[in-house]
Amino acid sequence: MVVGAFRSDSGRLTLANVSTLVHNATILNAFKASIELSLATALAGAVAGGLLAWAVATGNPRGVLRRVVVAASGVLAQFGGVMLTFAFLATYGYTGLLTLAAAHFFGLDPYSSATWIYTLFGLGIVYTFFQIPLMVLIFLPALDNLQPQWQEASANLGGGSWAYWRYVAGPILAPSFISALLLLFVSAFSAYATAAALLSQGDPIVPLQIRTFISSEVMVGQANMGKALALGMVVVVAVVMTIYALLQRSSKWRVQ
Amino acid sequence: MARPVTARASGVGRRSLARTFARWIIFLVVGGYLLLPLFAMLEFSTRETPTAMAWKRTALGWKGIADNPSVMSAIVLSLELAALTVVVMLFLLAPTMVWVHLRVPKMRRVIEFISLLPLTIPAIVIVVGLAPVYSRLMPVIGQSPLVLTFIYVVLVLPYAYRSIDASLRSIDIETLAQAARGLGASWLQVFLRIVVPSIRAGLLSAAVLSIALVLGEFTISSLLVYDTLQVIVNQVGQDNAQVAVAVSLAALLFGFVLLFIVSTVGAGRRRAARATAIEAGLEEGDLYE
Repeated sequence: MVVGAFRSDSGRLTLANVSTLVHNATILNAFKASIELSLATALAGAVAGGLLAWAVATGNPRGVLRRVVVAASGVLAQFGGVMLTFAFLATYGYTGLLTLAAAHFFGLDPYSSATWIYTLFGLGIVYTFFQIPLMVLIFLPALDNLQPQWQEASANLGGGSWAYWRYVAGPILAPSFISALLLLFVSAFSAYATAAALLSQGDPIVPLQIRTFISSEVMVGQANMGKALALGMVVVVAVVMTIYALLQRSSKWRVQ
Repeated sequence: MARPVTARASGVGRRSLARTFARWIIFLVVGGYLLLPLFAMLEFSTRETPTAMAWKRTALGWKGIADNPSVMSAIVLSLELAALTVVVMLFLLAPTMVWVHLRVPKMRRVIEFISLLPLTIPAIVIVVGLAPVYSRLMPVIGQSPLVLTFIYVVLVLPYAYRSIDASLRSIDIETLAQAARGLGASWLQVFLRIVVPSIRAGLLSAAVLSIALVLGEFTISSLLVYDTLQVIVNQVGQDNAQVAVAVSLAALLFGFVLLFIVSTVGAGRRRAARATAIEAGLEEGDLYE
């Protein structure tokens, strides 16, 4: 793939594909949209998922509730975007449950102004679907490592819950939280199935552009563009994962 | 003297009340966000009039699953792929990991790196890289969609690795193996009768995670044009949304039941944190090391 990114259709070495990558406005916009989308959904997922993980972690460690949430998170995070897209359409789509309910009970039409569901914003809402459960899975172990003794110690020294979260739990959890955030970013950035199922036309984000290049090999002179785009994705992911690795190495808080 | 004690006790009581309250709010809001779509799928797939609110229900969407030959064959194909992937993965990974753990601990880093590599490469990039390889291999290995197994084994590697690794680390496998060797057991016996039973939970969750991953895989099979479950569901969804939604819900529930069973089997024996980590294919160390 890396080799292909630097080859023309006739097989000669060229920088043309990569230079198109950097200069073509559509492609640049796709990368920008992909990165923004991933950032936004990673943040939303990390906050909501982090809260849910906290709510689970403070409960009974062997309780049914915890097991239900963890199993459901596993399914939603790993079971693939196509089905989540259908879940989303059944809820918020043109004839989805909420859309119909809004029309039926309040006389509202969420689609009167725009077809927001098939836009990047709609895509973001679906992405958050798998980001929240993914965050629960990644972050729960870190929360489980918070020892109750630390809270007691903080309380004995006169600290309220603000002091505890600001000076004890916050700093301990911060590296894990940021690491989790980076992983969520990568997961959204790499996601393809959800976007492909939701947007069958048009390709506002990078994975969908690659689809266009792969599935229409008739475009003259561009057979290797898909590879160049894939290379671009690898570069972005590599940068994020490097930050992730550095962060983990520099993290001083090792809890046994 | 009694006074400050009561004051503090009531303060703690109020705090824990506020905490319980906050927990339930979070469960309601975030849980609702995640569960509402599942309910909507049920509602949508049993709707009699597809475009309006009504109480009348129908099972036509669900019957449509059985009546649709392409959906049925896709389900069979995906289950076959899942089974094959699990078998190949367990036969390759479990002995290798145990061997490395017991005999060549220096290689652990290398195996770990190789196993985690697929996690950092987007699936769509894997397709771009694999497409030329596949088109060349096609005449040799044949057209059967079951060749996807080779890719899927690589895809499930990170999750399976973490599950098995977490459960290998949670027992003192070296001592167990030495004891068994000292009593005259062969390496095969050590593996089959000592190690495998001790890491059963890890193997089980590795298998379940692999099944979930294979059943949910779309990117690679769709771009290499194989009719797996997700590809067909996506296709069916274009003209018969109710059937597609019914299949999706069934698959999600199936996955949920599988994972829930694993967590029930594993619960009570290990620390909850570790149990969760094994189920998720993650480990506590991940976020600290």
